[in-house]
Amino acid sequence: MGWGRHIAVSFLAAVGWVATAVAQPVNPTTEGIQIGLSTDVIRITTDFSGENLTIFGSLDNIDPQQQRQSRYDVIVVLEGPARPVTVRRKERILGIWINTQSETFVGVPESYSIATTRVLQDITNPESYRRLALGLDYVHMRPLDPQGDVTTIQEFTAALRQRKRASGLYNERIGGVQFLSPTLFRATLRLAPNVPVGTHKARAFLFKNGVFIKETNAHLAIVKSGFEQMLFRLSRNHSLFYGFCAVGLAIVTGWAGRLVFRKD
Amino acid sequence: MSVNVVVLLAMGAAVGFLSGMFGVGGGFLITPLLIFYNIPPAIAVATGANQVIASSFSGALAHLKKGTLDFKLGTVLLIGGIVGSTLGIYVFSLLRSLGQLDLIISLTYVAFLGTVGGMMLVESVNAIRRSRGGAVPVKRPGHHNWIHRLPLKMRFRASKLFVSVIPVLGLGAGIGLLSSIMGVGGGFIMVPALIYLLKVPTNVVVGTSLFQIIFVAAYTTIVHAATNLTVDMVLAFVLMLGGVAGAQYGAKAGQRLKGEQLRALLALLVLAVAIRLAFDLFLPPPDIYSLVPAV
Repeated sequence: MGWGRHIAVSFLAAVGWVATAVAQPVNPTTEGIQIGLSTDVIRITTDFSGENLTIFGSLDNIDPQQQRQSRYDVIVVLEGPARPVTVRRKERILGIWINTQSETFVGVPESYSIATTRVLQDITNPESYRRLALGLDYVHMRPLDPQGDVTTIQEFTAALRQRKRASGLYNERIGGVQFLSPTLFRATLRLAPNVPVGTHKARAFLFKNGVFIKETNAHLAIVKSGFEQMLFRLSRNHSLFYGFCAVGLAIVTGWAGRLVFRKD
Repeated sequence: MSVNVVVLLAMGAAVGFLSGMFGVGGGFLITPLLIFYNIPPAIAVATGANQVIASSFSGALAHLKKGTLDFKLGTVLLIGGIVGSTLGIYVFSLLRSLGQLDLIISLTYVAFLGTVGGMMLVESVNAIRRSRGGAVPVKRPGHHNWIHRLPLKMRFRASKLFVSVIPVLGLGAGIGLLSSIMGVGGGFIMVPALIYLLKVPTNVVVGTSLFQIIFVAAYTTIVHAATNLTVDMVLAFVLMLGGVAGAQYGAKAGQRLKGEQLRALLALLVLAVAIRLAFDLFLPPPDIYSLVPAV
């Protein structure tokens, strides 16, 4: 329910916007990549159940020969805001499952959606992915205490990736980027129902023959819809006042309930 | 967080129905239900406290009108309650940073609901047996016990009571502590404690208990909102709407059942919630790893 099936992103508006906002030096010999979002704000409601986000983009200065042989690949990523996260591990103690060990990571994107033209190993090698910190297996996860035990950090890093994938916050869509014409492409990304609010970063990577050529990015704010966003901000920035409001609301509701249903 | 408004309304209405039927606040049912619905326990507790204000206020108004409310006793209980709640919020934050909050919430629920539910079941089954076996006069509990020998006595006229303030403050503090850790008003402990420990006349017990719950729950809500950022006003409001409406029908349904049958039913319900929470503690979790925002 709620808003449109896709978050429409107009490519026409995008081209004009990109051309003026991202003043890149035009080099006729290297390829370029551009993406644009028709909106820089997405509003979600409490009953948001996940959506597809469509991003259009285009390539410049491509070699028609290479294009015909499908030598160009595009990967589009939507990275959520980076926040510190603690991974806890439960162990059975006296029959009860209790959190024991934990590891805190900083700068971990809360969500990470990736769409690609082909399966990842066909686009480029693991070394490139590692260098670009690109892909679900390579998203950078920095432990708060880098001096900690290496095997523990590895174990908790793996658990963090696995939990993020299981929750749908980290997802990938192979073939989610499609060429509509030799230069125009469309990327379809999945926004999970529990997508975090905050500033998201859309990044597009261009590869040619397995070699990374260029990256471009754009920002997208995901906010709660009108009234809820206001309440959310109030609860974070003026938490004491928010508490008083919550109490006031409860008193009024209790009193109104009494008026409506009064029998005595 | 993605939740269904209709489910929440129904949840609020169901708990409201039961709270109207049994004359309880319903916080002890709302919080576990929210946890079963995958709301993080920290939010379930703080939001539960917020919801409790509405139902207690509604109920206290009715008692205020009938004059079955002892302000003086309520105020002394409240002073203890504020102290207990403050301590509870500190414990809550501490447990949260240690990663043991969810466990302690579940354990306290299992312990309290299990004990209270068990005692109520035994008592009500005995009462049902007695009423079937013919009217045996119930022995009135003795008028003096150790509590009445404590110093610092104070007179509570509306309750026709002359008692030390120490147990009153202590009781208030204990309930305040539970209020902030469990997100309950604490009526299910306050009412029996006032009747059996302090010998407060039954007619002023519920009103007085509700009176102090309003303030302790309000204080808990404000401090949770300010320190732990765990109050969700929208969630609480949806629950209140369902709750206030459900309570009216529950009260009507309750009038058709006998007191001891009602208590036996409530006891079974309380035990069911306790057992479900206990199961979750012992069953292997779907994943031994969990993610929480770091503080």
